[in-house]
Amino acid sequence: MGAETKRPLPETVAQFLQGYSPPPGVADELLRPDGKLRPAWQPLIRHLAAQSAETRARAFARGDQYLHDTGVYFRQHTGEGSTERNWPLNHVPVVISGKEWAQLSEGIVQRAELLERVMADLYGPGDLVRQGYLPADLVARNPEWLRPIVGVQPRSGHFLHFLAFEIGRSPDGSWLVLGDRTQAPSGAGFALENRMATSRVFHDLFPKANVERLAGFFRSFRDALIGLRADDGSRVAILTPGQHTDTYYEHAYIARYLGFMLLECEDLAVRNGQLKVRTVAGDEPVSVLWRRLDSRFADPLELDESSALGTPGMVSALRAGAITMVNCLGSGALESRALMAFLPRICQALTGEALKLPNIATWWCGQPTERAYVRDNLHRMLIGPAQSTKLPFDIDAGTALGGRFRGSAHGSVSDWLEREGETLVGQEAVTLSTTPAMVGERLVPRPMVVRVFAARTPQGWTVMPGGYARIGRTGDPTALAMQAGGSVADVWITSDAPVARETLAPRDKGPFLRRQPGILPARAADNLFWLGRYVERAENGVRQIRAYHLRLEDYGPDALPLVESLARFLAGYGLDPSEEPVPPGLLQLFDVSRGCAAKVRDRFSTDGWTALSDLAATAREVAEGCHPGDDAARAMSLLLRRIAGFSGLVHENMFRFLGWRFLTVGRALERADQMAAFLAAFTGRTTPQGGLDLAVEVGDSLMTHRRRYSVETSRETVIDLLALDAGNPRALLFQLDVLMAEEARLRPAGGTGLPEAARRILLLRTALAVASPEEITAERLRGFRADLAAISHALTAQYLS
Amino acid sequence: MSQLYDISLRISYEYAHPAGASRTLLRMLPRALPGQELLAGAVSADPAPSWRRDGVDFFGNPTCEMAHDMALSEIAFSFAGRVRRARPVAGLDLSGGLADLAQDLAACRSIGPESPHHFLGASPRLPAAPEIAAFARQALPQGVSVRAAVEAISHRLNTEFAFDPEATEVTTTAIEAFRARRGVCQDISHVMITALRALGIPAGYVSGFLRTLPPEGQPRLEGADAMHAWVRAWCGAETGWIEIDPTNDMLAGADHVTVAYGRDYSDVAPTRGSLRSEGSHVTTHRVDVVPV
Repeated sequence: MGAETKRPLPETVAQFLQGYSPPPGVADELLRPDGKLRPAWQPLIRHLAAQSAETRARAFARGDQYLHDTGVYFRQHTGEGSTERNWPLNHVPVVISGKEWAQLSEGIVQRAELLERVMADLYGPGDLVRQGYLPADLVARNPEWLRPIVGVQPRSGHFLHFLAFEIGRSPDGSWLVLGDRTQAPSGAGFALENRMATSRVFHDLFPKANVERLAGFFRSFRDALIGLRADDGSRVAILTPGQHTDTYYEHAYIARYLGFMLLECEDLAVRNGQLKVRTVAGDEPVSVLWRRLDSRFADPLELDESSALGTPGMVSALRAGAITMVNCLGSGALESRALMAFLPRICQALTGEALKLPNIATWWCGQPTERAYVRDNLHRMLIGPAQSTKLPFDIDAGTALGGRFRGSAHGSVSDWLEREGETLVGQEAVTLSTTPAMVGERLVPRPMVVRVFAARTPQGWTVMPGGYARIGRTGDPTALAMQAGGSVADVWITSDAPVARETLAPRDKGPFLRRQPGILPARAADNLFWLGRYVERAENGVRQIRAYHLRLEDYGPDALPLVESLARFLAGYGLDPSEEPVPPGLLQLFDVSRGCAAKVRDRFSTDGWTALSDLAATAREVAEGCHPGDDAARAMSLLLRRIAGFSGLVHENMFRFLGWRFLTVGRALERADQMAAFLAAFTGRTTPQGGLDLAVEVGDSLMTHRRRYSVETSRETVIDLLALDAGNPRALLFQLDVLMAEEARLRPAGGTGLPEAARRILLLRTALAVASPEEITAERLRGFRADLAAISHALTAQYLS
Repeated sequence: MSQLYDISLRISYEYAHPAGASRTLLRMLPRALPGQELLAGAVSADPAPSWRRDGVDFFGNPTCEMAHDMALSEIAFSFAGRVRRARPVAGLDLSGGLADLAQDLAACRSIGPESPHHFLGASPRLPAAPEIAAFARQALPQGVSVRAAVEAISHRLNTEFAFDPEATEVTTTAIEAFRARRGVCQDISHVMITALRALGIPAGYVSGFLRTLPPEGQPRLEGADAMHAWVRAWCGAETGWIEIDPTNDMLAGADHVTVAYGRDYSDVAPTRGSLRSEGSHVTTHRVDVVPV
């Protein structure tokens, strides 16, 4: 890049930047105060300026396509709950020079180490309070200072292992910390996704732009986590509050990326002082938890008693040194705004150095002098709750900006300060720097903050060379949040020299090591089992609905009693096609299938997820304005092809790991049950004419029947083909063979005796294998359904609970 | 002068549907305090737990963690033991006014378990309640000492509250009990703590036992048929903590045996459990405090 920056800027650049004008008195990332382009940005801007509008649009679309294909989303909270929304990527990254970054990193490392020492004191001797560096009242009122954690000696020797810092640039060009993220920082995974998307947008520029790679940071942290395990074959896991949390996508993504288990509290139990994950093969030890759940919800016994998310005994296990938590419970106490008022002095006292990276100037209004200062400088203050962990700019009704309340009338601000001073802080209302965002064909300056990440490794703290930038929708710095329509961007740290390509693979080529065998939490297995069942149920529904509409088209609604009995049969499943051609119950089946997959996204390939999402979306589309008869039948055929696509992915591309077996078992059980139900209803003596042909059609066995029996359907031929034929993948007996084989593979080695599920499968399989078609009456078929339900219960009791 | 008590406490649960593995945190053992000595006694469970660990919590209360790995349809947790309680001497009121209290607090640089700072702000079960704060300000006599203020609030609550075990449950909030002016010792104590904190007086929750049968010629005290609760309030650096029982409008004395200190009930609940159960369950408490 060195040579390139000396080249004169082409005229296109000037044209491209025309009209880009940061507001006065504000630092800008792209332009120096003298209006010149910053050197680090030149390659990117040259590249953009040289593109035609069409080329640029195509490039941006590549990034959006990537995000769409991988299914990145965020949760938009509205008055009535929340929905998943598209990921709002600002295609133009933020560029920061390597030299500036190195200096910033030093400040980050110092701050991380300082926070570790503050936490060790708050949960240890309490000297900072005793010596007057921190007011006792402030600590005692901090809702995240968790008394049960006081006295805990972390097994790893450290409380903090992974931190994030929100930083912003002040008008004089220097960086400021706006917020410390110590609880369970999110965003590192999203930063990776932003990088993936942005490197696709700039696929020709990125490889030669000397941008520092991110993989090395993740590799170091992964190895550090693995190194923290106890020496007992125990595992590392990521603890998530579950799919309804804002950042669940990221938890699943990181778990997949780093190869760690993703667990929820209900997967875990503390037994004999050890933390165990409940798996389909019994309890397995876990000794390192990367916690993405707020501390106070982690244990209903010792922390928030109302938490439904926690694992009882977690605190006890932590206290006993049975687990390393990343970060230790209670780390959220360091996020409180008010702490920033005291950190500069604490840093001086503990390290003998000043903060290399200052935080936003903060005054705690519980002290008379500070309170008076805030009152006298109201015009340049943000005043808000002292214990809040939000950024100064995340303003709500309880905040005053420049001496005016944002919300309703509160009386005068100075009365408020006098009355509730100890619960308030004043923070300097700095103006954030702006960075370019593409709006239409033009770059416009928008306010920005960057989240940077630091991880502890055996060699000390390491800072991710990149970050997660948030950019305002308008010039208003209080609207940075995605919830307020803000966008996010990749952060490029550029070096003067070419950078090494990094991957997650180990740096040193050691001997080949097979990873620990995968284990499957019981909850994940349960979701995969039900995913199998629901998809199969949906497929059967689609076949039956198609058969209904085909007959409706051919014969009309009243011509055949068969049409009516099929509608009645479907109504029993909530799928009555006579009311709406594509019954809402069918759409729900696709949605619950997707819901099951959503709970195990870390175990699901991106392709599988996309196929399932497409399926649910397609079903919704075809349902819109669909007409009974031929139109609906064609819609069902389309859905069947999509389902076949999903099944193909599952069958052809999924590794035969434990989870696949549960999915397969779920499908086989459901298929058997559906077939038994259909045969019971349409091969009985009272079945209207055409029932047998209908069964063969729904059983997808028309060709086979014609070839094999070369006669009209009879009750015997149909039962023989659809119930008793071990070679027909739709037949009952075939499903029992699948169940028998898969159940045998699920069973842990060395067990003696036949478990309940295996015994029941064997009994039913034998009954089917020795039966002749005449014996398979409707009553017998109903009996099979009861047997299948008992098998499902036994499997659930044995593996899934 | 001291008094010996034989104390037994039994809390039992019956479940309609036998539940899975459970874990319980118990705070049932009377703590050792100046003027209170546990001579003998232990906490136990029936059936016996699969795992057990005894410890001490942040506020210095003895705890006992138990795990039962089996499904249980019945379980009982018990304490039985002998306690010696000295008759406290009710000293003169040397506490200062509320203004002095704020200075004493500011001078107290501690976040240790005895620090009054823990007992000023909101706690898990006791958020700030403007209604109770207004009541407290209105009930506060002008220009009195902190201790006199505490006694005045206790007296006022005792007068206004009807002791009524039917009116509330263990989950009733302070503001609900305050509005109804009914409840048991837990409710009155919660309301009083909220009121004192609103006045800037650090106040905490005490769980314990009350002598079951009164000395001859004295009336039976309210709350003796279950575990009892009262209030401790910090009256300044000089006086320190005093304990007062608003249910009976008296300073806690030789009839009161302390089990645990906390900010509110959630810190001192005798059992905190995690039993996963379906269907209904029945809880029974039995307490006996017999002078010997």
